[in-house]
Amino acid sequence: MDALVAQLQMQYRNYTVSLYQQGFLDDQFTELKKLQDDASPDFVAEVLSLFFEDCVKLIGNMARALDQTGTVDFSQVGASVHQLKGSSSSVGAKRVKGLCITFKEYCEANNYEGCVRCLQQVDIEFKALQTKLQDMFNLEKQIIQAGGKVPQVDIN
Amino acid sequence: MATNSMGNIQKIKKKLKVLIVDDDPLNLKIHEKIIKAIGGISQTARNGEEAVIIHRDGGSSFDLILMDKEMPERDGVSTTKKLREMKVKSMIVGVTSLADNEEERRAFMEAGLNHCLAKPLTKDKIIPLINQLMDA
Repeated sequence: MDALVAQLQMQYRNYTVSLYQQGFLDDQFTELKKLQDDASPDFVAEVLSLFFEDCVKLIGNMARALDQTGTVDFSQVGASVHQLKGSSSSVGAKRVKGLCITFKEYCEANNYEGCVRCLQQVDIEFKALQTKLQDMFNLEKQIIQAGGKVPQVDIN
Repeated sequence: MATNSMGNIQKIKKKLKVLIVDDDPLNLKIHEKIIKAIGGISQTARNGEEAVIIHRDGGSSFDLILMDKEMPERDGVSTTKKLREMKVKSMIVGVTSLADNEEERRAFMEAGLNHCLAKPLTKDKIIPLINQLMDA
C-alpha cells in the first residue's frame, strides 16, 4: 500500500509541475491551493467549478455578440472578454488569461476575424484546462483512497 | 502574531470585521476565504447598492471594506463616495483591475479610499496593507 501511495504521489507531483511548465497554470493557482484546508477540503474544486461556469456563460455571450448579422458590437464582446480575463486571472488559468489579452486587443481594433479566432482558441483552452484539472483531482482522490495524503507541490 | 517558517506574517494583528463588495461570485468566494485565512470575519454585498443598504440599516459597522470597482447597480467609485457622505469611517480598500489606468485609479482613490489593490488578491498582498493601515 505504501508503495502504491508513493507512486501515486510522485505521479501527482510530476503532473502538477507539468501543468505549470506547459503554461496552463500560474502562481495564482498556488495561492488558491494554499487557502484550502481541512475545514474546506474542496475549496479549489468549488472555485474552479465557478470559473468553468463563468467560461461557458461568457463564451456564449461572446459567440452571440459575434454572430450578429449586420454590425457587431465589439464593446459588448470586449466586456465579456474583460470579465473572463478577470476570472482566469483570479484562478491562475494562465493560457486562458493570455488569450483574453490578445482577444481584447482585437475587440478594441474592431477586428472580426481576430475575434472569431480568439473565441475558438479560448473555447479550446478552457476545455483543455478543465480536462487537465479533472485528471489532477482524480489523482488526488486516488491518493486519498489509497490511504495517503496529497503532497504539497513546490513549483519553484 | 502567527508567522510561517520564513518569518512572514500570516495573520493580522486583530480580528477584523470585513465587508466584501463584489458582483462576481468567484471573487467573493476567494476573498471570503482570504479574510478567514488571515483571521478576519466577513459579510458580502453583491453590488454597491447592497453595501449602502447594509450601512443605511445601521446594524453593522466594519473595520474594513473591500470594494470592487466595476459593479452593476452602483459601482465602487459611487459607493465609496456615498459611504463617506454617510460618515462611514471604515477602512475602504479599492480592488481594481490591472486594465484600469492611472486616471481611473486616481478617481477611485479620490472617492474616499484608504488604499487600492490590484486583482487578484492574495494573503501576501493584503496582510501588510491591513497592518499598515491599522498602525496609521
